[in-house]
Amino acid sequence: MLDIISERFRQGFRTGKFPLEEPKLPPRFRGMVQFSGGCAAGCRACEQLCPFGACAVREGKMALDLGRCLFCADCPACPQGRITFGNDYRLAVRSRQDLLYSGGEYPLAQPLEPARLKLLGRSLKLRQVSAGGCNGCEADCNVLGTLVFDLGRFGIQFVASPRHADGILLTGPVSENMRSAVLDTYEAVPGPKVVIAVGACAVNGGPFVHSSETNQGLDTLLPVDLYIPGCPPQPYTILDGLLRLLGRREQRG
Amino acid sequence: MMKQDLEPQLMKNGGTIDLSLVESLGYDEFSRCLLAEVKGGGRVAALFGVPGIGKNDDLELFALMARDRHATISVYRTEVGSSFPSLAGSCPQLQLFEREIAEQYGVTPTGHPWLKPVRFHRVWQGETDVWGRPLDQHPLPGDMEFYRVEGDGVHEVAVGPVHAGIIEPGHFRFQCYGEMVMHLEISLGYQHRGIEPMLLGGPHPFTMAQMETIAGDTTIGHGLAYCQVIEALSGCVVPERAQSIRAMALELERLANHVGDIGALAADVGFLPTASFCGRLRGDYLNLSAALCGSRFGRGLVRPGGVLFDLDTTLASEVQTRINAIEGNTMGALDLFFDAPSVLSRLEGSGHLSRSVAEDLGLLGVAAKACGVPRDSRFFHPTGVYQQLFDELITEETGDVKARAHVRYREVIASIDLLRRIGTTLPAGPVMAPVGPLKANRLAVSLVEGWRGEVAHIGMTDAGGLLRRYKIVDPSFHNWSGLAMALRDEQISDFPLNNKSFGLSYCGFDL
Repeated sequence: MLDIISERFRQGFRTGKFPLEEPKLPPRFRGMVQFSGGCAAGCRACEQLCPFGACAVREGKMALDLGRCLFCADCPACPQGRITFGNDYRLAVRSRQDLLYSGGEYPLAQPLEPARLKLLGRSLKLRQVSAGGCNGCEADCNVLGTLVFDLGRFGIQFVASPRHADGILLTGPVSENMRSAVLDTYEAVPGPKVVIAVGACAVNGGPFVHSSETNQGLDTLLPVDLYIPGCPPQPYTILDGLLRLLGRREQRG
Repeated sequence: MMKQDLEPQLMKNGGTIDLSLVESLGYDEFSRCLLAEVKGGGRVAALFGVPGIGKNDDLELFALMARDRHATISVYRTEVGSSFPSLAGSCPQLQLFEREIAEQYGVTPTGHPWLKPVRFHRVWQGETDVWGRPLDQHPLPGDMEFYRVEGDGVHEVAVGPVHAGIIEPGHFRFQCYGEMVMHLEISLGYQHRGIEPMLLGGPHPFTMAQMETIAGDTTIGHGLAYCQVIEALSGCVVPERAQSIRAMALELERLANHVGDIGALAADVGFLPTASFCGRLRGDYLNLSAALCGSRFGRGLVRPGGVLFDLDTTLASEVQTRINAIEGNTMGALDLFFDAPSVLSRLEGSGHLSRSVAEDLGLLGVAAKACGVPRDSRFFHPTGVYQQLFDELITEETGDVKARAHVRYREVIASIDLLRRIGTTLPAGPVMAPVGPLKANRLAVSLVEGWRGEVAHIGMTDAGGLLRRYKIVDPSFHNWSGLAMALRDEQISDFPLNNKSFGLSYCGFDL
């Protein structure tokens, strides 16, 4: 017993100060996309070069679909090297269209509408469903339960049954073999409920967007309230998204 | 007459061979050779089908048998028609490979004692589904005959695919007598994404991202295995500095997962101090990977030819400083766990597997080492920096949950030591070499000791130098059978503890 107490003192207090303090991310972290300069006239190379179809040129401007983007370290999309990834981890949005980014202000997620916000704003219980991904997003959801993030202090909790849940948080592109289980789980959650798609797979199929064994993301099957892009998203990206949905971060931009 | 002196083609890990040198054997001789290899201490690294390159366009089978003590892999090849006699009865480690071939190509391993679907997908070619499922619709996952026990007091418990935590999907059927599990059957496939077929005609621009997400917790293991195949097929020599950085990343991946798994075991037995400490410490190791390449899982670090990110002097010394700081906390958290009598009484004797069962099933990595079976491709088939630096083959004797936990504990110590030695011997020079086109009609094999065990990738090119077949074997493919056997005569309430002690991948199995 004394060993345990002394070890506890040695390990120290480790819960982070988020959201009062911004997280310190490593310099090589790849977050929000940044464009340098403008597209060369008539150049549409990126439409072919991104293996996941994340890029399109519209009216001479590049539109990058953050829902398809895997934030590749060796992003091959722009031969002119216009695409770089910055250190901003905040990426969650409320609608699929909001993930199409052409520069300028990025429409970070707004809180739930008043009716659901009143019900769920201070206590959100989620049933996590893993459906055909790589277990990377799952790991970064699990980590929110550790003492570093301490998800419980925000009133958010992952629960064991859809019957106990206010919504589902889904990871993976929804493999064909998980489709009916996902729909059953959604049905089993009592309304009003929320649906959260975490990671590139759940948003649009991710690395498996070309597969005939998977669906291209959750919103092909269910209405999605919150999209959290990334492959996998940084844990703070997920936490930031959840807090925005619950109106806990709106003043901080 | 069988040839008694047949000398198969031998390969080295990370090596390649001209396909025309691999003689096609009659099936009888093929099977005799496989059984002789296993009897002589070899094991099945992979058995897989390759369509339409034989004389009659029949399906060909390739077997790669690892001869650990000789640091070689022998290659065998045969042709089969619409069926072939199963070898699973005399060599249980072949059973899943044969079922996989049946599901993919619609050929029947006759006499297979346990012929059930593996991943529940449509047949890849031809008009035959071995189980007679309709070809015009996707098979239903879990739609098969489960083994059943009947009698007074016998009941069945079905769990999954959706579980009660943040866990991947899988279906478990327990046949119980009271609390005691008589038999556990595990049915997977829910994470199936069809990764192997998508590699055909590749490598494609999207392939590297898929290799890194075969199993996200083994990004480095699978990514490295793939890169070694491509490097072998293209004749690329990876710079020494890149080899060292790859090994650092592989050991960091092992540390993060082992420390996390011991923490999860602590949570399962209700020992909360270690559970809390390890949950955080796992993140410290992941954050070291993120310092290297920006991704906590090592995404974007390993690429064919080398690594994308170099370590400058500042970062190299920062990594060592941080390892020194984490080491003390790690050992404190783990020692607390292994010194607590209440913990040990839960771990010892639970989920016992004998050495002979582990060998028969072809178990790998942590699960095999816990049963006293020496399996570590860093030791037996070393590539890169492991050829000079790795000499610690860890095994335990008792084959129970305690042994599986303790293998991890000792591997944590060994990996921290390795990281230090890699750091102090980091060679100068470039971290990337150019990768040319793949050579035609060749076979390459790559074995990487990921944190769960040996990750095997095999690539085969066609006449145009494109991938005509690519086989992926995650250690979980072998080891799920070990979990099923370990549960026999255990209490069903000990399933979570046993499951965690194996710590297997669903997506790595499902592909």
